[in-house]
Amino acid sequence: MSADTRLDRPLTIAGQTFGSRLLVGTGKYRDFDEAGRAVEASGAEIVTVAVRRSNIGQSPDEPSLLDVISPERYTLLPNTAGCFNARDAVRTCQLARELLDGHSLVKLEVLGDEQTLYPNVIETVNAARTLIDDGFSVMVYTSDDPIVAAELESMGCSAVMPLGSLIGSGHGLLNPHSLSLIIEAANVPILVDAGIGTPSDASLAMEMGCDGVLVNSAIAHARQPVMMAGAMRKAVEAGREAWLAERMPRKTYAAEPSSPMAGRISS
Amino acid sequence: MQLTINGESRAVDQAATVAELIDRLGLANRRLAVELNEMIVPRSRHAETALSEGDHIEIVHAIGGG
Repeated sequence: MSADTRLDRPLTIAGQTFGSRLLVGTGKYRDFDEAGRAVEASGAEIVTVAVRRSNIGQSPDEPSLLDVISPERYTLLPNTAGCFNARDAVRTCQLARELLDGHSLVKLEVLGDEQTLYPNVIETVNAARTLIDDGFSVMVYTSDDPIVAAELESMGCSAVMPLGSLIGSGHGLLNPHSLSLIIEAANVPILVDAGIGTPSDASLAMEMGCDGVLVNSAIAHARQPVMMAGAMRKAVEAGREAWLAERMPRKTYAAEPSSPMAGRISS
Repeated sequence: MQLTINGESRAVDQAATVAELIDRLGLANRRLAVELNEMIVPRSRHAETALSEGDHIEIVHAIGGG
C-alpha cells in the first residue's frame, strides 16, 4: 500500500466510536417485533426514535418500543421529527434527554413544510445553537447546501446529515455533486439522511466518501423489511470498502481491454 | 383540580404531585418524561413536585421514528 492509501478509521461521533456505518430508524414498521428484527438484521448500532405524547388511559401492560430496542444494547438517537420551529425542537430534545437518563446525543431536524418535509435551515441553525449551549451533541439533518453544512459544523454540531432527497421519497441521491462538495470540506462525519430508496443508493453515498447513512422508510416499506435491512447492511459495507479501495479512473473509451491483445490466435 | 395534560383539559382529583398524577393516569413504572409548564421535571423530583390549578403538563415516551 502506498503512503496515501485511505485508512479505515472507525466512525466517531461526539467521542464515541461505532463499528456500523448504517443508522436505522424505527418508524413505519408493522409492529415492534418487526422493527426489532429489522434493526437486528441491519447491524446498526445507532437507532433513531421519536418522542411523542403518551396515550393517557393506555393499558399498563401495553408494549413499549424500548422493550424491543433496548437503550442498553443500542445507542438511541432521539429525533425532533415533526417539529416546525426551533422552540419545539429544543423542548423535544430536553424531554428526550430526561427520557433517556441524561443521554445527550440527538438528531435535530426542523422541518419547513408538511408537503416536502424539507428542512428549515434557519430554524435548524437557531435550534442547534441553543442545544449545543445546553450541552447536547447534535447530529443535524439539513439541506445539501455546502455553506449551511459548513456553518453547522463550525457551530459545533457533532455530525451533519444532508438529505439525499426528500424524507420518505426513496429518490436516492438527487444531487451527488453537492454532497461531494460537503464531504470534501467537512471535518465532522457527514451522513446522508433521507431519500435512500435502495441498497445501491446507500452504496453510492458510501462510495462517494460519506461517513454513514441513515435509513428508515427504505427498510420499513420494503415488502420484506428484515431482508432489506440485511441488504442495506451489506451495501453500506460494500460502499465503504469501495471508497477505501478507490475506484478505477473513468475513461472515455475502452482503450485498455481487460484481456491482453498480445498472443491472440489469428487467421 | 383542572390541568391541561398533553394538550387536553382534564379534571384530576387526589393528585397533588407529579408522581401521584402519573400513578392516577395509570402510567406508573413506564419510561416517560414530564414537562411542567414547559420545564422538565426530572424523575428524581416527581414525588416532591406539587401541581397547581391550571398547570400545563406534557408526558411523553419513545415511539418508532426515523
